[in-house]
Amino acid sequence: MSAAESVLTDGPQRVAGSDGVPLSRRLSTRLLRSELRLIAGRRRNQMGLLVLAAVPVFIAVAVRISSPREGRGPDFLSSITSNGLFVPIAALSVELGLFLPLAIAMLAGDAVAGEANLGTLRYLLTVPVGRTRLLVTKYVSLLIGAVWGVAVVVLAGAIAGIALFGTGPMLTLSGTEISFGSAVWRVVLVSLYIAVGLAALGAVGLFISTLTEQPLAATVALMIFTILSWIADSVPQISWLHPWLLVDQWMAFGDLLRDPPFWDNIAQGLRVDLAYVVVFWLLAWARFAGKDITS
Amino acid sequence: MTHRLDHLQTSVPGGDLAIATRGLTKRFGARAAVDDLDLVVPRGSVYGFLGPNGSGKTTTIRMLLGLVRPSAGTSSLLGQPIPQGAQVVLPRVGSLVEGPAFHPYLSGRANLQRLDAADLTADPRTSRQRIDAALDRVGLLATAGKRYRAYSLGMRQRLAIAAALLMPRELLVLDEPTNGLDPQGTREVRHLVASLASDGTTVFVSSHLLSEVEQMCTHLGVMSDGRLVAQGSTTEVRGGSEPTARVLTEQPTAAVRIMTELGLGGVEAVPGGVRGTPIGVAPEEIVAALVEGGVGVKEFTVTSPSLEDLFVALTGEGFDVSG
Ligand SMILES: Nc1ncnc2c1ncn2[C@@H]1O[C@H](COP(=O)(O)OP(=O)(O)OP(=O)(O)O)[C@@H](O)[C@H]1O
Ligand SMILES: [Mg+2]
Repeated sequence: MSAAESVLTDGPQRVAGSDGVPLSRRLSTRLLRSELRLIAGRRRNQMGLLVLAAVPVFIAVAVRISSPREGRGPDFLSSITSNGLFVPIAALSVELGLFLPLAIAMLAGDAVAGEANLGTLRYLLTVPVGRTRLLVTKYVSLLIGAVWGVAVVVLAGAIAGIALFGTGPMLTLSGTEISFGSAVWRVVLVSLYIAVGLAALGAVGLFISTLTEQPLAATVALMIFTILSWIADSVPQISWLHPWLLVDQWMAFGDLLRDPPFWDNIAQGLRVDLAYVVVFWLLAWARFAGKDITS
Repeated sequence: MTHRLDHLQTSVPGGDLAIATRGLTKRFGARAAVDDLDLVVPRGSVYGFLGPNGSGKTTTIRMLLGLVRPSAGTSSLLGQPIPQGAQVVLPRVGSLVEGPAFHPYLSGRANLQRLDAADLTADPRTSRQRIDAALDRVGLLATAGKRYRAYSLGMRQRLAIAAALLMPRELLVLDEPTNGLDPQGTREVRHLVASLASDGTTVFVSSHLLSEVEQMCTHLGVMSDGRLVAQGSTTEVRGGSEPTARVLTEQPTAAVRIMTELGLGGVEAVPGGVRGTPIGVAPEEIVAALVEGGVGVKEFTVTSPSLEDLFVALTGEGFDVSG
């Protein structure tokens, strides 16, 4: 019986569930915060964030060094480099292929398989943490991890880009110029779109994580899934499959940099992301809810 | 020789039992790791759950805590059916299952904080005091800031016990709690169990270290190859086995004759003397009869078999793990 039900059946004077836990504490975020501390405190994850942040800095410096002096190069390049925000965009498109999925895969491997491997899963479950609550907490922390990873790339890119190239107007993919202020919004939209895609990948990872007790196996399996998806997406002979692939519309974030933004592919991408979240979340739940914990 | 407390099960409603199982069975593939188990653990008891390696103790405990789904049978914890009532009852149950398990790169204290954060029934405002009290109780307060990976086996075991004591508990389920502890640690755990039991906490403790179980348990259950072969209060379980009278003498033949005439069972000559099972014969009667018959008695002893002997008798001599 959930707290909500007991409120309905027992009247408003009783807000505790059958196990005497008050509703306010039932909605407690302590476990989620503890989970986030665990993720953030892990040395490996900190190193991963450093790598994610190094890519945009590297791009910014490389472009700065190789780009011709003011006024002497082609107009096109100089108009791109008049606004530093091209750096986070370029970094995202580079990292979306491998690094960002890898970051999600590592977190997903830790989520359930990692706890099973350490044996801490049995102690969490006997605290008790309900299996659904644990899965929700693990998934929410994966979502936060995805946003976190993207934010690190974008912030590092924005800082490096603005420092080296300034805050001039941005050239859209349609060839028009938009102000720095609206460029910032475009970058935020791109980041959110990519984070949603990674969150969908996280749902796949969560499911895989419930299948094994080896976190590395879960990480590798999710990377294989990602890479196979990219490969399948690049083979025109199986174009009928493409709309079903998670990564198919990931690179469509460029459409958000048109003037005006082109929404069709973005909407299609979000639909696929959502479908993957629902399907794989249910699979993960079905698998985990009745699983024998023998680790 | 199975001692089932059937009378207890029928006369006492299930709610008064800390743990009750009926026909509890777990099969891994074709092999039953736990087979048709009827556990009866009264509230307030210290129940020693004995059995050799691989006899199904940990698997039973996993089923009791809702970690593993039984293949057949039912179980209840503090009157709540498992696994349906697990969320309701587990906050009142502290447990240690198959050894300690913590995050290696977190400190002992941080690991306890994590478990406390996971508990919806735990008041965050008292978290610090409760964690300190639990650490203090197992003697880890001074090393609480060390990373878990730097802990020794005994320190890890202590931390796991501390985790079971984070909240006030009505029942403790401890799977081999003294595994890896030094003699002081073992004695402290025994004292800890005794002091918890005197507060009314029921303790269900699995072990294959018979000596320690013998000293602290009011009730015993003995597992062998997935089955419960004996269960009851410690005296009941021990009562099922007969004592042995042993005479050291130079005249074994005469002693055998006299003891057989007295009605002792299984009288036989052994190196240096004679032994037999006195049924309804007082020890002093035996000595008097021997002396009267002119047998020189160097030494006379009546011993109850140690739990160790009983254990071996119940579970078999073999060293090989069955499976
Ligand atoms: N996940 C599993 N898959 C298959 N068999 C298992 C599994 N877990 C336990 N078993 C088997 O069940 C039997 C009982 O194991 P269990 O761990 O319950 O024994 P135990 O009494 O706790 O032993 P020990 O004293 O060594 O801890 C063993 O034969 C073991 O091989
Ligand atoms: Mg065991």
